[in-house]
Amino acid sequence: MSHAFLEVSGLSKVYPTKDGNDLTVYEGVDFTLEKGEFVCIIGHSGCGKSTILNTLAGLDEPTAGAVVMNGKEVRGPSLQRGVVFQNYSLLPWMSALGNVEFGVRARWPDWSKSKVRDHSAHFLEMVGLKQALHRKPSELSGGMRQRVSIARAFATQPDLLLLDEPFGALDALTRGVIQQELMKIWSETQQTAFMITHDVDEAILLSDRIFLMSNGPNAAIAEAVTVDIPRPRQRTTIFQQPGYYQLRNYLVDFLVNRSEDKPDLQSGAPNAVNPLVDQPPETTTAAGGADVNNPQLAVNH
Amino acid sequence: MIASMPLRAAILSVVMAVVLLGAWELAVEQPEQSGAMSEYEMLMGGADQEARVPPPSDVFTHAWNELSDPFYDKGPNDKGIGIQLAYSLYRVLAGYIMAAIIAIPVGFLVGMSPLMYNALNPFIQVLRPISPLAWMPLALFIIQDSETSAIFVIFICSIWPMLINTAFGVANVRQDWVNVARTHELSHLRTAFQVILPAAAPTILTGMRISIGIAWLVIVAAEMLVGGTGIGYYVWNEWNNLDLNSVIFSIIMIGCVGMLLDLALAKAQKLVEYDE
Repeated sequence: MSHAFLEVSGLSKVYPTKDGNDLTVYEGVDFTLEKGEFVCIIGHSGCGKSTILNTLAGLDEPTAGAVVMNGKEVRGPSLQRGVVFQNYSLLPWMSALGNVEFGVRARWPDWSKSKVRDHSAHFLEMVGLKQALHRKPSELSGGMRQRVSIARAFATQPDLLLLDEPFGALDALTRGVIQQELMKIWSETQQTAFMITHDVDEAILLSDRIFLMSNGPNAAIAEAVTVDIPRPRQRTTIFQQPGYYQLRNYLVDFLVNRSEDKPDLQSGAPNAVNPLVDQPPETTTAAGGADVNNPQLAVNH
Repeated sequence: MIASMPLRAAILSVVMAVVLLGAWELAVEQPEQSGAMSEYEMLMGGADQEARVPPPSDVFTHAWNELSDPFYDKGPNDKGIGIQLAYSLYRVLAGYIMAAIIAIPVGFLVGMSPLMYNALNPFIQVLRPISPLAWMPLALFIIQDSETSAIFVIFICSIWPMLINTAFGVANVRQDWVNVARTHELSHLRTAFQVILPAAAPTILTGMRISIGIAWLVIVAAEMLVGGTGIGYYVWNEWNNLDLNSVIFSIIMIGCVGMLLDLALAKAQKLVEYDE
C-alpha cells in the first residue's frame, strides 16, 4: 500500500464517565486523504466530527490510533495544519490585517515587517477585504470575520487545511459568496482541505469526496462518496450538472434513513461509493424535481 | 433647540452645587455679637472663638490662599498642601507599584495553573479581608521605620485586587484564542505575551483601578497613625490645631486627587479594552 498524504488509522475517542460506563464516541476510524484533495465530512450532531478534526489539528488527543501526515505522526498542533474555526477565533484586539500578520509572522519569523505585511494584505485582498484591512473584528460582519479567518489560514500556507463548519453561523447569501471565494483560493493554492459541514449542497459544491458518518455513540465513517462533477463548479449552475440531484438524494437519504444503522465495514475504512456509477441514473429528471424538504424523505426518520 | 445631555447634566450639577453651598452658607451664619464682650473674651483679645463649621466662603478663601502657594515649608507643623499631597502620592505609588510588580506575575502564574490556583486560594481568602491597618503594628516592629511601614500597608492593601483579577483574567481567556496560539506553534512565552496578556489586560486593569482606589483610601488612615507628613497627617494635625477650614479643604483635596488617580487608570483601561 502506497503512503497517502494523510493516513488515519484505528482512531478512537472514549470519554470516561462517572458511572464507569465509558462513552465511546467513535472507534476504529480509518481513512486517507490525497494531496490536493478537498474532503467534506457530514454527520449528525454528536457523532464526533469536530473531535476528529481537532485530532487532525493536534488540539485533541485520540484515545487510540494514529494520524500520520507526510510520513510523520501528528503530535500536538503545528503550522503545517491550518485551522478555520467555526466561531472565527480572531484576536479581537488586533485589526484584520493584524490577525493575518499574526499567523504569517508565526510561520516565517525571519521575514521583514514589510514582507509580512504585503503577504498578509495579499491574502486579505484575495477574500475581498481590501477595504477593511484596518478594521477590528468587532467592526466586521460575521461573513467578513470568517473571511479574515480563512485568509489567515491560507496565508500561512499549511499542508493541510482544517475547516470546522466555517459557514455554520452565516446567512445563506453570505455563505454562497464565501463558498465561491473559498473554492477560488483553494484552486489557486492547491492545498489539501478537510471540512466539516451540515450542508449537503455545500459539500457537493466543494468536495472531491464526502465522508458520511453514522450516528454516535460508536460512530464510524460509513461511506466515502466520490463527487463526480467536473470543476470548475459554479454555485449557481452546479445543480444543472447531470447526476447532481441523484448525488444529493443519495446523501440526504443516508442522513435521514441510514445514519442510524451500524455500517458494515471491513477494517475501519469507509466503503467507497460513487452513486453516479454504482447506481446508474434511473430517472434523473424525476429525481431532479425531488427536494430535500420533501416530506416523503423524512417520513422514516 | 434642546441642549445635549452632557450640557443639561452640567447645568444641573452647577445648580445642585449652588443650592447645596448656599444652604451650607446660610446654615452656619455667624452668630450675632450679643452685647459687649465677656471678660474672658476680652482676655483672649476678642479672638475668633466661634465653635462652628466654617461657611463655604471661608473655605474657598482659605483654599485660594493655600493653592496659590502650595509648596511652602515653614517647619513640621506648617507645610503647603502640595508638599503634603506629594508625600502621600509618593507613598501610595511606591507601595502600589511594588504590589503590581509582584501581583501581576504571580497572578499570571496562578491563573495559568489550576493547581497553583487551588493551592494559593486559601491563603488569599484569609489574607484578603484583613484590614490593611491591622498590619501596622507588625510592620512598625519588623521594619522599624514609620515611613516604610506606611508604604508596606499600601503594598499589602493594593496587592489583593490586582492578584485576584489577574488570576481570574488569565484563567478565563477564551480557549479559542489559546487554540489559535497553539495551532500557530507559539512558544509558551510568546503565547503569554501575545495572546493571554492582551486578552486578560482589561480584567487586570480593572484590578489595578480597584487597587489604586483602595490605596488612596488607606493612605489617609495610615498617615494619621504614623504622622509626620502626608495628607492624612495634615487632616489630623489641622484638627488638633482646630483649623476646620484646613480640614474641609484637605478633605476636598483628597477627593480631587483620588478622582484624578481613578481617571488616569480609567484612561489606561480604555487603551487595552477591546470589543468582542
